[in-house]
Amino acid sequence: MSLSDDLYRETILDHYHHPRNHGAIEHPTAQVEGVNPLCGDELTLYLNVKDNKIEDVKLTAKGCSINTASGSMMSELLLGKSIEEANEIVDLFKRMMLDKNEEVELPDELEDLEALRGVKKYPVRIKCALLPWNTMLEGLGNTLKSPTT
Amino acid sequence: MTKLNVEQIRKDFPILKRQVEGKQLVYLDNAATSQKPKVVIDALTEYYEGYNANIHRGIHTLAEEATDAYESVRETVRAFIDAEHTHEIIFTSGTTEAINLVANSWGNANILPGDEIVLTAMEHHSNLIPWQRLATERSAKLVFIPITEDGQLDMAEAKKLITDKTKIVAVTQMSNVFGTINPVKELAQLAHARGAVILVDGAQGVPHVKTSVRDLDVDFLAFSMHKMLGPTGVGILYGKTELLNAMPPFQSGGHMITTVSREKASWAELPWKFEAGTRNIADVIASGKAIEYLSALGMENVREHEIEITKYALEKLSELGDITIFGPKDATLRGGVIAFNVDAIHAHDIGQICADAAIAVRAGHHCCQPLMRDLNVMGTARASFYIYNTKEEVDLLFEALKEADKVLGHVAVR
Ligand SMILES: Cc1ncc(COP(=O)(O)O)c(C=O)c1O
Repeated sequence: MSLSDDLYRETILDHYHHPRNHGAIEHPTAQVEGVNPLCGDELTLYLNVKDNKIEDVKLTAKGCSINTASGSMMSELLLGKSIEEANEIVDLFKRMMLDKNEEVELPDELEDLEALRGVKKYPVRIKCALLPWNTMLEGLGNTLKSPTT
Repeated sequence: MTKLNVEQIRKDFPILKRQVEGKQLVYLDNAATSQKPKVVIDALTEYYEGYNANIHRGIHTLAEEATDAYESVRETVRAFIDAEHTHEIIFTSGTTEAINLVANSWGNANILPGDEIVLTAMEHHSNLIPWQRLATERSAKLVFIPITEDGQLDMAEAKKLITDKTKIVAVTQMSNVFGTINPVKELAQLAHARGAVILVDGAQGVPHVKTSVRDLDVDFLAFSMHKMLGPTGVGILYGKTELLNAMPPFQSGGHMITTVSREKASWAELPWKFEAGTRNIADVIASGKAIEYLSALGMENVREHEIEITKYALEKLSELGDITIFGPKDATLRGGVIAFNVDAIHAHDIGQICADAAIAVRAGHHCCQPLMRDLNVMGTARASFYIYNTKEEVDLLFEALKEADKVLGHVAVR
């Protein structure tokens, strides 16, 4: 299998060409900018959290395919989750991407994220895949601090 | 047909036999660093195995051999850039250090509040940040010569911006993004007419274009050996004698002194005043071999080969309808550096798909973030050629870009 096939397998291409939850939220409970200084990728994450639940999430990203696809998958998986659940998923994904021994397994409901495992072969691009998730962590943190109405 | 025997040249570069995941390496990242011929690699081993010793210090045989070898490279460099004196050649660790040396030593002695430092909109960070720091420390002002749409310097503006307030003009000889070869000689005249000096960043120019500091009449020239077949860790600063003599040392310590008492020291003469501590002896010696290799090919022939391959690449890549190529369209106005974007595909994705085809290109901002902002792009992909590159390799690049366009192109603008 060529490296291209590996990296740009269908799931990633699908999310890249049709990113889910793309756009902005007018009155978000949290809004965070993420940047990857190495390649200049930028994204803005909007969250609407009510009663400890992610009611809405939107992203506008200016970045590579990996960044865009990773953000799109993340938004799909975290929509409707509680803050605790979301934090757990983010944590699990980050561990999968950073773990060197391939010991982190994903539950079935997160199986889309398997597509991003191939990115691990390209250390410089792991950062691209992680940018939306690190931005999400910051957003979830901010949400906790600001009182919800 | 150019006068370079590329097939023969390729045999001198061991790395060009390299396979990447079963595919033949296509190295098109020469503006970042060039590959090295065997004579250069061998010179390193010969030094370490045969006459490794510190220079200018011992009176034993090895020390004398090492000193001779090191100092003879100074003469090789002098001849290569047509400087008047050997002592005008100073070995540094790279272009970056050479520019920092001037910005610190010359800058602190000469720049006063209100003075102007003229740069261009296409400078590499290494010919920008040292001047930013100097300007901040000295309350001086940075002035930027703008560029035209096809990536050339706007010389009409340059004439207005270089004034009696200008103390130094610091400009790249060749853009590492557009490939543009700048009219350095004319800029030197403009600077000198106003009593200013000119520093030329030759990191991209000297490896590809025959350069005579006397013909161009530049005051300082900085370049890096690793971009011209030499090893990493060696740069050259050329400076005119009167200027270098009037400048205080940059770094101080061993080797750059004549006599030292507890309270004070007197500086060694040129060029050693600027070469404190143990220098990069092995790599300087190997650098001499790199210059000899280029000289044997003839810089006119190197340039001719690059014009031909660049012309071919500009035409071939333009066949991709979705490509944006930056810089002059005429290959005779530019070096073999081609920055481009395909459709709205992120440069990293292009770099990746090329890498999958064993083609090495650069992707990103090329250490020119302000310029990327001017061009309103996040970054670009960049292919850059040297003496061993072939038209067949350009064809392979073209195929990879076609593939990238097929897989990732036609993204809805978001
Ligand atoms: C135009 C230009 N100036 C300066 C440099 C810096 O050279 P070095 O990293 O060898 O100091 C480069 C290399 O990337 C360059 O392209």
